[in-house]
Amino acid sequence: MESVDLIYKAIYILVIFGITLLIATYSTYFERKIAAFIQDRVGPNRAGPAGLLQPLADAGKLFFKEDFIPAKSNKALFILGPGIAMLVATMSSAVIPFGDMLMVDGREIWLQAIEVNIGVLYVFGVVSLGVYGLMIGGWASNNKFSLLGAIRAASQNISYELAMGLSLIAVLMMTGSLSLREIAEQQAGFNWNIWYQPLGFVIFLICAFAETNRTPFDLPESEAELIGGYHTEYGSMKLGMYLFAEYINIFVASAVMATLYFGAYNFPFMENLRAAISDPVVANNVVTLVGVAAMFAKIFLFIFFFMWVRWTLPRFRYDQLMKLGWNILIPLAILNILLTGGGIMLKDYLF
Amino acid sequence: MEPLSNRSKKVAQKDMTFTERMYLPAVVQGLTITLKHFFKKKATIQYPEQTRERSSVWRGLHVLKRDEQGAERCTACGLCAVACPAEAITMTAGERKKGEEGLYREEKYAVTYEVNMLRCIFCGLCEEACPKAAIFLQDDKIAPARFERDEFIYGKDRLVEPLKTTETK
Repeated sequence: MESVDLIYKAIYILVIFGITLLIATYSTYFERKIAAFIQDRVGPNRAGPAGLLQPLADAGKLFFKEDFIPAKSNKALFILGPGIAMLVATMSSAVIPFGDMLMVDGREIWLQAIEVNIGVLYVFGVVSLGVYGLMIGGWASNNKFSLLGAIRAASQNISYELAMGLSLIAVLMMTGSLSLREIAEQQAGFNWNIWYQPLGFVIFLICAFAETNRTPFDLPESEAELIGGYHTEYGSMKLGMYLFAEYINIFVASAVMATLYFGAYNFPFMENLRAAISDPVVANNVVTLVGVAAMFAKIFLFIFFFMWVRWTLPRFRYDQLMKLGWNILIPLAILNILLTGGGIMLKDYLF
Repeated sequence: MEPLSNRSKKVAQKDMTFTERMYLPAVVQGLTITLKHFFKKKATIQYPEQTRERSSVWRGLHVLKRDEQGAERCTACGLCAVACPAEAITMTAGERKKGEEGLYREEKYAVTYEVNMLRCIFCGLCEEACPKAAIFLQDDKIAPARFERDEFIYGKDRLVEPLKTTETK
Protein backbone atom coordinates (compact mmCIF):
# COMPACT_ATOMS: atom_id res chain seq x y z
CA MET A 1 0.00 0.00 0.00
CA GLU A 2 1.29 3.44 -0.86
CA SER A 3 2.03 5.80 1.97
CA VAL A 4 -0.51 8.29 0.58
CA ASP A 5 -3.19 5.66 0.86
CA LEU A 6 -2.05 4.88 4.37
CA ILE A 7 -2.28 8.54 5.39
CA TYR A 8 -5.69 8.82 3.77
CA LYS A 9 -6.91 5.73 5.62
CA ALA A 10 -5.59 7.09 8.91
CA ILE A 11 -7.39 10.40 8.35
CA TYR A 12 -10.59 8.67 7.28
CA ILE A 13 -10.58 6.40 10.33
CA LEU A 14 -10.01 9.42 12.60
CA VAL A 15 -12.89 11.27 10.94
CA ILE A 16 -15.26 8.32 11.29
CA PHE A 17 -14.16 7.91 14.92
CA GLY A 18 -14.82 11.60 15.56
CA ILE A 19 -18.20 11.48 13.85
CA THR A 20 -19.16 8.38 15.84
CA LEU A 21 -18.26 10.08 19.12
CA LEU A 22 -20.00 13.31 18.10
CA ILE A 23 -23.18 11.49 17.15
CA ALA A 24 -23.08 9.50 20.40
CA THR A 25 -22.58 12.72 22.39
CA TYR A 26 -25.43 14.50 20.73
CA SER A 27 -27.62 11.40 20.92
CA THR A 28 -27.77 12.02 24.68
CA TYR A 29 -28.96 15.57 23.99
CA PHE A 30 -31.52 14.51 21.40
CA GLU A 31 -32.70 11.65 23.60
CA ARG A 32 -33.58 14.17 26.28
CA LYS A 33 -35.10 16.60 23.80
CA ILE A 34 -37.21 13.91 22.14
CA ALA A 35 -38.28 12.54 25.52
CA ALA A 36 -39.31 16.04 26.54
CA PHE A 37 -41.19 16.77 23.32
CA ILE A 38 -43.09 13.49 23.49
CA GLN A 39 -44.05 14.28 27.08
CA ASP A 40 -45.15 17.85 26.14
CA ARG A 41 -42.12 19.41 27.80
CA VAL A 42 -39.32 21.56 26.39
CA GLY A 43 -36.21 19.68 27.54
CA PRO A 44 -32.73 21.02 28.27
CA ASN A 45 -32.43 24.59 27.00
CA ARG A 46 -30.26 26.45 29.52
CA ALA A 47 -26.68 25.43 28.54
CA GLY A 48 -25.92 27.34 25.37
CA PRO A 49 -28.39 28.21 22.61
CA ALA A 50 -31.31 25.73 22.74
CA GLY A 51 -29.29 23.73 25.28
CA LEU A 52 -26.78 22.58 22.67
CA LEU A 53 -23.89 22.65 25.16
CA GLN A 54 -25.72 20.28 27.53
CA PRO A 55 -23.65 17.20 26.50
CA LEU A 56 -20.45 19.12 27.30
CA ALA A 57 -21.84 20.09 30.70
CA ASP A 58 -22.77 16.45 31.36
CA ALA A 59 -19.32 15.24 30.30
CA GLY A 60 -17.66 17.85 32.51
CA LYS A 61 -19.77 16.73 35.42
CA LEU A 62 -18.91 13.06 34.85
CA PHE A 63 -15.19 13.77 34.53
CA PHE A 64 -15.00 15.72 37.77
CA LYS A 65 -16.98 13.28 39.90
CA GLU A 66 -15.14 11.00 42.28
CA ASP A 67 -13.86 7.91 40.46
CA PHE A 68 -15.10 5.41 43.01
CA ILE A 69 -14.16 1.73 43.03
CA PRO A 70 -15.96 -0.50 45.58
CA ALA A 71 -13.65 -2.11 48.15
CA LYS A 72 -14.73 -5.71 47.56
CA SER A 73 -14.72 -5.49 43.78
CA ASN A 74 -12.23 -7.00 41.38
CA LYS A 75 -10.45 -3.76 40.57
CA ALA A 76 -8.75 -4.71 37.32
CA LEU A 77 -11.92 -6.15 35.80
CA PHE A 78 -13.96 -3.27 37.21
CA ILE A 79 -11.87 -0.87 35.14
CA LEU A 80 -11.68 -3.23 32.16
CA GLY A 81 -15.47 -3.58 31.81
CA PRO A 82 -16.37 -0.10 30.54
CA GLY A 83 -13.16 -0.06 28.50
CA ILE A 84 -14.18 -3.18 26.59
CA ALA A 85 -17.72 -1.89 26.09
CA MET A 86 -16.38 1.35 24.63
CA LEU A 87 -13.63 -0.24 22.51
CA VAL A 88 -15.93 -2.81 20.95
CA ALA A 89 -18.60 -0.20 20.26
CA THR A 90 -16.20 2.11 18.42
CA MET A 91 -14.59 -0.76 16.48
CA SER A 92 -17.76 -1.90 14.80
CA SER A 93 -18.22 1.10 12.51
CA ALA A 94 -14.98 0.29 10.63
CA VAL A 95 -16.52 -1.78 7.83
CA ILE A 96 -19.65 0.25 7.22
CA PRO A 97 -19.65 1.95 3.80
CA PHE A 98 -20.73 5.51 4.55
CA GLY A 99 -20.44 6.48 0.89
CA ASP A 100 -19.35 5.39 -2.55
CA MET A 101 -16.13 6.50 -4.27
CA LEU A 102 -14.75 10.03 -4.49
CA MET A 103 -12.44 11.02 -7.37
CA VAL A 104 -9.77 13.51 -6.29
CA ASP A 105 -6.83 14.23 -8.68
CA GLY A 106 -7.48 10.99 -10.54
CA ARG A 107 -7.19 9.05 -7.29
CA GLU A 108 -10.06 6.87 -6.15
CA ILE A 109 -11.05 7.40 -2.53
CA TRP A 110 -13.46 4.87 -1.10
CA LEU A 111 -15.52 6.17 1.78
CA GLN A 112 -15.13 3.05 3.89
CA ALA A 113 -12.45 2.41 6.49
CA ILE A 114 -11.79 -1.27 5.75
CA GLU A 115 -13.20 -3.25 2.88
CA VAL A 116 -13.37 -6.89 3.99
CA ASN A 117 -15.28 -9.58 2.15
CA ILE A 118 -16.88 -10.71 5.42
CA GLY A 119 -18.06 -7.26 6.58
CA VAL A 120 -21.37 -8.51 7.94
CA LEU A 121 -19.69 -11.21 9.98
CA TYR A 122 -17.17 -8.68 11.30
CA VAL A 123 -19.94 -6.38 12.54
CA PHE A 124 -21.81 -9.24 14.19
CA GLY A 125 -18.71 -10.71 15.75
CA VAL A 126 -17.60 -7.39 17.21
CA VAL A 127 -21.08 -6.38 18.39
CA SER A 128 -21.56 -9.69 20.19
CA LEU A 129 -18.23 -9.13 21.95
CA GLY A 130 -19.87 -6.08 23.52
CA VAL A 131 -21.70 -8.29 25.97
CA TYR A 132 -18.32 -9.08 27.55
CA GLY A 133 -18.09 -5.44 28.61
CA LEU A 134 -21.40 -5.67 30.44
CA MET A 135 -20.72 -9.14 31.85
CA ILE A 136 -17.24 -8.29 33.16
CA GLY A 137 -18.43 -4.99 34.62
CA GLY A 138 -21.44 -6.59 36.28
CA TRP A 139 -19.43 -9.47 37.71
CA ALA A 140 -16.52 -7.36 38.91
CA SER A 141 -18.84 -5.04 40.88
CA ASN A 142 -19.43 -7.84 43.43
CA ASN A 143 -23.05 -6.76 43.71
CA LYS A 144 -26.05 -9.04 43.29
CA PHE A 145 -28.05 -6.52 41.31
CA SER A 146 -25.16 -5.84 38.96
CA LEU A 147 -24.63 -9.55 38.41
CA LEU A 148 -28.34 -10.10 37.74
CA GLY A 149 -28.32 -7.28 35.21
CA ALA A 150 -25.20 -8.67 33.55
CA ILE A 151 -26.66 -12.17 33.33
CA ARG A 152 -29.83 -10.75 31.86
CA ALA A 153 -27.80 -8.82 29.30
CA ALA A 154 -25.80 -11.90 28.33
CA SER A 155 -28.76 -14.26 27.97
CA GLN A 156 -30.82 -11.62 26.15
CA ASN A 157 -28.05 -10.90 23.65
CA ILE A 158 -27.43 -14.57 22.96
CA SER A 159 -31.15 -15.26 22.48
CA TYR A 160 -31.71 -12.40 20.07
CA GLU A 161 -28.49 -12.88 18.13
CA LEU A 162 -29.92 -16.17 16.84
CA ALA A 163 -33.03 -14.58 15.38
CA MET A 164 -30.95 -11.66 14.08
CA GLY A 165 -28.53 -13.99 12.32
CA LEU A 166 -31.36 -16.03 10.83
CA SER A 167 -33.11 -12.92 9.50
CA LEU A 168 -29.77 -11.85 8.05
CA ILE A 169 -29.35 -15.15 6.19
CA ALA A 170 -32.36 -14.28 4.02
CA VAL A 171 -30.61 -11.07 2.95
CA LEU A 172 -27.38 -12.97 2.25
CA MET A 173 -29.30 -15.50 0.14
CA MET A 174 -30.52 -12.64 -2.03
CA THR A 175 -27.27 -10.77 -2.35
CA GLY A 176 -24.92 -13.74 -2.37
CA SER A 177 -22.21 -11.75 -0.60
CA LEU A 178 -21.03 -11.04 2.93
CA SER A 179 -19.35 -7.78 1.95
CA LEU A 180 -21.27 -4.75 3.11
CA ARG A 181 -20.01 -2.76 0.14
CA GLU A 182 -21.35 -5.33 -2.33
CA ILE A 183 -24.67 -5.49 -0.49
CA ALA A 184 -24.84 -1.71 -0.75
CA GLU A 185 -23.93 -1.69 -4.45
CA GLN A 186 -26.64 -4.21 -5.28
CA GLN A 187 -29.29 -1.84 -3.91
CA ALA A 188 -28.51 0.91 -6.44
CA GLY A 189 -31.17 3.53 -6.94
CA PHE A 190 -34.42 2.56 -5.28
CA ASN A 191 -33.87 -1.20 -5.47
CA TRP A 192 -33.64 -1.50 -1.70
CA ASN A 193 -33.73 -4.80 0.16
CA ILE A 194 -36.67 -3.65 2.30
CA TRP A 195 -39.02 -4.20 -0.68
CA TYR A 196 -38.02 -7.88 -0.79
CA GLN A 197 -37.48 -8.51 2.93
CA PRO A 198 -40.19 -6.70 4.94
CA LEU A 199 -40.61 -9.55 7.42
CA GLY A 200 -36.86 -10.00 7.73
CA PHE A 201 -36.49 -6.29 8.40
CA VAL A 202 -39.10 -6.30 11.18
CA ILE A 203 -37.33 -9.25 12.83
CA PHE A 204 -33.95 -7.57 12.42
CA LEU A 205 -35.30 -4.31 13.84
CA ILE A 206 -36.75 -5.99 16.93
CA CYS A 207 -33.49 -7.88 17.47
CA ALA A 208 -31.50 -4.67 17.04
CA PHE A 209 -33.54 -3.14 19.88
CA ALA A 210 -32.74 -6.15 22.05
CA GLU A 211 -29.04 -6.16 21.11
CA THR A 212 -28.58 -2.51 22.03
CA ASN A 213 -30.47 -2.98 25.33
CA ARG A 214 -33.03 -0.36 24.44
CA THR A 215 -36.63 -0.14 25.60
CA PRO A 216 -38.74 -2.30 25.38
CA PHE A 217 -35.85 -4.71 25.91
CA ASP A 218 -33.83 -2.73 28.47
CA LEU A 219 -34.12 -5.38 31.16
CA PRO A 220 -30.37 -5.42 31.90
CA GLU A 221 -30.65 -1.87 33.19
CA SER A 222 -34.19 -1.72 34.53
CA GLU A 223 -34.03 0.91 37.23
CA ALA A 224 -37.00 -0.25 39.25
CA GLU A 225 -36.00 -3.88 39.67
CA LEU A 226 -32.21 -3.80 39.47
CA ILE A 227 -31.22 -0.26 40.58
CA GLY A 228 -29.59 0.29 37.21
CA GLY A 229 -28.46 -3.25 36.41
CA TYR A 230 -24.87 -3.97 35.45
CA HIS A 231 -23.73 -0.39 36.08
CA THR A 232 -25.20 -0.06 39.58
CA GLU A 233 -21.75 0.34 41.19
CA TYR A 234 -20.35 2.59 38.50
CA GLY A 235 -19.98 6.34 38.74
CA SER A 236 -18.14 9.20 37.09
CA MET A 237 -16.74 8.66 33.60
CA LYS A 238 -16.78 4.86 33.83
CA LEU A 239 -20.57 5.07 33.97
CA GLY A 240 -20.31 7.63 31.18
CA MET A 241 -18.40 5.10 29.08
CA TYR A 242 -21.17 2.52 29.48
CA LEU A 243 -23.86 5.01 28.53
CA PHE A 244 -21.70 6.25 25.67
CA ALA A 245 -21.14 2.72 24.38
CA GLU A 246 -24.89 2.22 24.33
CA TYR A 247 -25.39 5.26 22.12
CA ILE A 248 -22.54 4.22 19.81
CA ASN A 249 -24.18 0.81 19.53
CA ILE A 250 -27.43 2.51 18.52
CA PHE A 251 -25.54 4.47 15.86
CA VAL A 252 -23.89 1.31 14.54
CA ALA A 253 -27.14 -0.66 14.60
CA SER A 254 -28.81 2.17 12.67
CA ALA A 255 -25.97 2.22 10.14
CA VAL A 256 -26.14 -1.57 9.68
CA MET A 257 -29.91 -1.48 9.20
CA ALA A 258 -29.59 1.36 6.71
CA THR A 259 -26.90 -0.59 4.82
CA LEU A 260 -28.62 -3.96 4.80
CA TYR A 261 -32.22 -2.95 4.17
CA PHE A 262 -32.47 0.70 3.19
CA GLY A 263 -29.94 0.90 0.38
CA ALA A 264 -27.00 2.42 2.31
CA TYR A 265 -25.78 5.47 0.34
CA ASN A 266 -28.17 4.82 -2.58
CA PHE A 267 -31.06 7.17 -3.14
CA PRO A 268 -33.86 7.31 -5.72
CA PHE A 269 -33.06 8.90 -9.10
CA MET A 270 -29.31 8.79 -8.49
CA GLU A 271 -28.67 7.68 -12.08
CA ASN A 272 -30.76 10.59 -13.38
CA LEU A 273 -28.59 12.94 -11.28
CA ARG A 274 -25.43 11.32 -12.63
CA ALA A 275 -26.66 11.68 -16.21
CA ALA A 276 -27.65 15.31 -15.70
CA ILE A 277 -24.06 16.43 -15.04
CA SER A 278 -21.84 16.29 -18.15
CA ASP A 279 -18.37 15.97 -16.53
CA PRO A 280 -18.13 12.33 -15.33
CA VAL A 281 -15.73 13.10 -12.45
CA VAL A 282 -17.91 15.91 -11.09
CA ALA A 283 -21.01 13.78 -11.60
CA ASN A 284 -19.46 10.92 -9.64
CA ASN A 285 -18.39 13.19 -6.80
CA VAL A 286 -21.77 14.96 -6.56
CA VAL A 287 -23.63 11.64 -6.51
CA THR A 288 -21.26 10.28 -3.85
CA LEU A 289 -21.63 13.32 -1.61
CA VAL A 290 -25.43 13.30 -1.90
CA GLY A 291 -25.19 9.57 -1.16
CA VAL A 292 -23.27 10.26 2.06
CA ALA A 293 -25.97 12.74 3.05
CA ALA A 294 -28.64 10.13 2.25
CA MET A 295 -26.81 7.54 4.35
CA PHE A 296 -26.62 9.86 7.35
CA ALA A 297 -30.26 10.90 6.89
CA LYS A 298 -31.25 7.23 7.07
CA ILE A 299 -29.04 6.69 10.12
CA PHE A 300 -30.55 9.70 11.90
CA LEU A 301 -34.07 8.53 11.09
CA PHE A 302 -33.28 5.18 12.67
CA ILE A 303 -31.74 6.83 15.73
CA PHE A 304 -34.88 8.93 16.04
CA PHE A 305 -36.95 5.77 15.75
CA PHE A 306 -34.96 4.14 18.57
CA MET A 307 -35.70 7.10 20.84
CA TRP A 308 -39.30 7.42 19.70
CA VAL A 309 -39.94 3.77 20.65
CA ARG A 310 -38.17 4.22 23.97
CA TRP A 311 -40.61 6.91 25.05
CA THR A 312 -43.65 5.00 23.80
CA LEU A 313 -43.41 1.37 24.88
CA PRO A 314 -43.13 -0.04 28.38
CA ARG A 315 -40.62 -2.76 29.29
CA PHE A 316 -41.20 -6.49 28.73
CA ARG A 317 -41.36 -8.96 31.53
CA TYR A 318 -38.38 -11.31 31.41
CA ASP A 319 -40.34 -14.46 30.49
CA GLN A 320 -42.16 -12.50 27.77
CA LEU A 321 -38.82 -11.41 26.40
CA MET A 322 -37.54 -14.96 26.22
CA LYS A 323 -40.82 -16.21 24.76
CA LEU A 324 -40.74 -13.56 22.05
CA GLY A 325 -37.16 -14.36 21.17
CA TRP A 326 -37.28 -18.14 21.12
CA ASN A 327 -40.91 -19.02 20.32
CA ILE A 328 -41.83 -16.28 17.88
CA LEU A 329 -38.88 -14.53 16.28
CA ILE A 330 -36.76 -17.61 15.51
CA PRO A 331 -39.62 -19.58 13.83
CA LEU A 332 -40.59 -16.42 11.92
CA ALA A 333 -37.00 -15.95 10.79
CA ILE A 334 -36.85 -19.57 9.58
CA LEU A 335 -40.15 -19.05 7.77
CA ASN A 336 -38.63 -15.96 6.18
CA ILE A 337 -35.66 -18.00 4.97
CA LEU A 338 -38.03 -20.55 3.42
CA LEU A 339 -40.08 -17.83 1.73
CA THR A 340 -36.94 -16.16 0.38
CA GLY A 341 -35.63 -19.47 -0.94
CA GLY A 342 -38.97 -20.16 -2.59
CA GLY A 343 -38.99 -16.69 -4.07
CA ILE A 344 -35.50 -17.12 -5.54
CA MET A 345 -36.48 -20.53 -7.02
CA LEU A 346 -39.66 -19.06 -8.47
CA LYS A 347 -37.74 -16.18 -10.02
CA ASP A 348 -35.23 -18.58 -11.64
CA TYR A 349 -38.10 -20.75 -12.91
CA LEU A 350 -40.15 -17.90 -14.37
CA PHE A 351 -37.41 -15.76 -15.89
CA MET B 1 -78.17 -15.17 45.18
CA GLU B 2 -80.59 -12.35 44.44
CA PRO B 3 -78.72 -9.40 42.90
CA LEU B 4 -79.17 -6.08 44.71
CA SER B 5 -79.58 -4.18 41.45
CA ASN B 6 -79.66 -4.96 37.76
CA ARG B 7 -76.64 -2.80 37.10
CA SER B 8 -74.01 -5.49 37.55
CA LYS B 9 -72.31 -6.47 34.32
CA LYS B 10 -71.21 -9.93 33.33
CA VAL B 11 -67.51 -9.84 32.50
CA ALA B 12 -65.75 -12.56 30.60
CA GLN B 13 -62.11 -12.78 29.60
CA LYS B 14 -62.06 -12.84 25.84
CA ASP B 15 -59.25 -14.51 23.94
CA MET B 16 -57.24 -12.01 21.96
CA THR B 17 -57.70 -12.11 18.21
CA PHE B 18 -54.75 -12.83 15.94
CA THR B 19 -54.11 -9.16 15.08
CA GLU B 20 -54.25 -8.29 18.78
CA ARG B 21 -51.76 -10.99 19.58
CA MET B 22 -49.37 -9.69 16.92
CA TYR B 23 -49.10 -6.50 19.02
CA LEU B 24 -47.58 -4.58 16.10
CA PRO B 25 -50.82 -2.70 15.21
CA ALA B 26 -51.09 -1.62 18.85
CA VAL B 27 -47.43 -0.59 18.83
CA VAL B 28 -48.00 1.53 15.71
CA GLN B 29 -51.05 3.07 17.37
CA GLY B 30 -48.97 4.00 20.39
CA LEU B 31 -46.24 5.43 18.20
CA THR B 32 -48.71 7.69 16.38
CA ILE B 33 -50.00 8.97 19.72
CA THR B 34 -46.52 9.86 20.94
CA LEU B 35 -45.67 11.43 17.57
CA LYS B 36 -48.76 13.62 17.85
CA HIS B 37 -47.52 14.80 21.23
CA PHE B 38 -44.07 15.40 19.74
CA PHE B 39 -45.49 18.12 17.48
CA LYS B 40 -47.88 19.59 20.04
CA LYS B 41 -47.38 23.15 21.24
CA LYS B 42 -45.63 23.10 24.61
CA ALA B 43 -47.32 24.79 27.56
CA THR B 44 -44.05 25.63 29.32
CA ILE B 45 -43.41 29.26 30.31
CA GLN B 46 -39.67 30.04 30.41
CA TYR B 47 -40.00 31.67 33.82
CA PRO B 48 -37.24 34.23 34.34
CA GLU B 49 -37.51 35.46 30.75
CA GLN B 50 -41.27 35.12 30.39
CA THR B 51 -43.93 35.49 33.03
CA ARG B 52 -47.45 34.22 32.97
CA GLU B 53 -49.93 36.92 32.11
CA ARG B 54 -51.82 37.80 35.29
CA SER B 55 -55.48 38.53 35.67
CA SER B 56 -56.46 42.19 35.94
CA VAL B 57 -57.81 41.56 39.45
CA TRP B 58 -54.56 39.86 40.58
CA ARG B 59 -53.49 41.04 44.05
CA GLY B 60 -49.74 41.35 44.25
CA LEU B 61 -47.25 43.50 46.13
CA HIS B 62 -48.53 46.62 47.95
CA VAL B 63 -47.78 50.12 46.75
CA LEU B 64 -48.33 53.45 48.54
CA LYS B 65 -49.58 55.84 45.91
CA ARG B 66 -48.70 59.49 45.35
CA ASP B 67 -51.11 62.07 43.99
CA GLU B 68 -50.75 64.09 40.77
CA GLN B 69 -48.30 66.52 42.41
CA GLY B 70 -46.16 63.71 43.71
CA ALA B 71 -47.24 64.03 47.37
CA GLU B 72 -47.92 60.89 49.39
CA ARG B 73 -51.65 60.24 49.69
CA CYS B 74 -51.47 58.25 52.94
CA THR B 75 -52.70 60.13 55.99
CA ALA B 76 -51.97 57.42 58.55
CA CYS B 77 -55.59 57.02 59.58
CA GLY B 78 -54.96 53.37 60.47
CA LEU B 79 -58.08 52.02 58.78
CA CYS B 80 -56.01 49.60 56.71
CA ALA B 81 -54.34 48.24 59.85
CA VAL B 82 -57.77 47.79 61.47
CA ALA B 83 -59.18 46.10 58.37
CA CYS B 84 -56.23 43.78 58.01
CA PRO B 85 -57.31 40.25 59.12
CA ALA B 86 -53.71 39.09 59.38
CA GLU B 87 -52.50 42.12 61.36
CA ALA B 88 -49.69 42.63 58.92
CA ILE B 89 -49.78 46.45 58.79
CA THR B 90 -48.28 48.82 61.39
CA MET B 91 -47.65 52.53 61.15
CA THR B 92 -46.74 55.59 63.19
CA ALA B 93 -48.37 58.92 62.38
CA GLY B 94 -46.65 62.28 62.34
CA GLU B 95 -47.61 65.93 61.77
CA ARG B 96 -46.63 67.63 58.56
CA LYS B 97 -44.10 70.49 59.11
CA LYS B 98 -44.12 73.78 57.23
CA GLY B 99 -42.50 73.40 53.84
CA GLU B 100 -43.38 69.76 53.48
CA GLU B 101 -46.63 70.39 51.56
CA GLY B 102 -45.09 69.00 48.42
CA LEU B 103 -44.18 65.75 50.15
CA TYR B 104 -47.41 64.88 51.98
CA ARG B 105 -50.92 65.70 50.82
CA GLU B 106 -52.66 65.86 54.21
CA GLU B 107 -51.58 67.49 57.44
CA LYS B 108 -51.06 64.11 59.05
CA TYR B 109 -48.85 61.55 57.41
CA ALA B 110 -47.23 58.15 58.04
CA VAL B 111 -43.73 58.50 59.46
CA THR B 112 -43.24 54.76 59.25
CA TYR B 113 -45.45 52.31 57.40
CA GLU B 114 -44.59 48.62 57.50
CA VAL B 115 -46.22 45.59 55.90
CA ASN B 116 -45.06 42.18 57.06
CA MET B 117 -45.11 40.14 53.88
CA LEU B 118 -44.93 36.87 55.83
CA ARG B 119 -48.19 37.73 57.63
CA CYS B 120 -49.97 39.34 54.71
CA ILE B 121 -52.51 37.08 52.99
CA PHE B 122 -53.01 39.44 50.03
CA CYS B 123 -56.77 39.62 50.65
CA GLY B 124 -57.00 43.24 49.51
CA LEU B 125 -59.09 44.46 52.48
CA CYS B 126 -56.59 47.32 53.11
CA GLU B 127 -57.22 48.49 49.57
CA GLU B 128 -60.97 48.53 50.21
CA ALA B 129 -60.65 50.21 53.61
CA CYS B 130 -58.45 53.10 52.47
CA PRO B 131 -60.46 56.36 52.25
CA LYS B 132 -57.65 58.22 50.47
CA ALA B 133 -56.99 55.69 47.67
CA ALA B 134 -53.42 55.45 48.96
CA ILE B 135 -52.73 51.71 49.14
CA PHE B 136 -53.16 49.29 46.28
CA LEU B 137 -52.11 45.73 45.56
CA GLN B 138 -50.30 45.88 42.24
CA ASP B 139 -51.17 43.48 39.44
CA ASP B 140 -47.64 42.94 38.15
CA LYS B 141 -45.38 42.41 41.18
CA ILE B 142 -45.04 39.68 43.77
CA ALA B 143 -43.00 39.65 46.98
CA PRO B 144 -39.82 37.80 45.98
CA ALA B 145 -38.25 35.01 48.03
CA ARG B 146 -35.61 36.12 50.56
CA PHE B 147 -33.22 34.47 53.00
CA GLU B 148 -33.89 36.49 56.19
CA ARG B 149 -37.18 37.02 57.99
CA ASP B 150 -36.36 40.69 58.61
CA GLU B 151 -36.22 41.33 54.92
CA PHE B 152 -39.89 40.47 54.58
CA ILE B 153 -40.92 43.54 56.61
CA TYR B 154 -41.37 46.09 53.88
CA GLY B 155 -40.94 49.71 55.03
CA LYS B 156 -41.81 52.93 53.29
CA ASP B 157 -38.58 52.76 51.31
CA ARG B 158 -39.88 49.78 49.39
CA LEU B 159 -43.61 50.51 49.47
CA VAL B 160 -43.94 54.13 48.34
CA GLU B 161 -44.35 54.65 44.67
CA PRO B 162 -41.20 56.22 43.21
CA LEU B 163 -41.36 59.89 42.15
CA LYS B 164 -41.90 60.40 38.49
CA THR B 165 -39.01 62.87 38.17
CA THR B 166 -38.24 62.30 34.53
CA GLU B 167 -41.79 62.48 33.32
CA THR B 168 -42.36 64.99 30.53
CA LYS B 169 -45.71 66.47 29.69
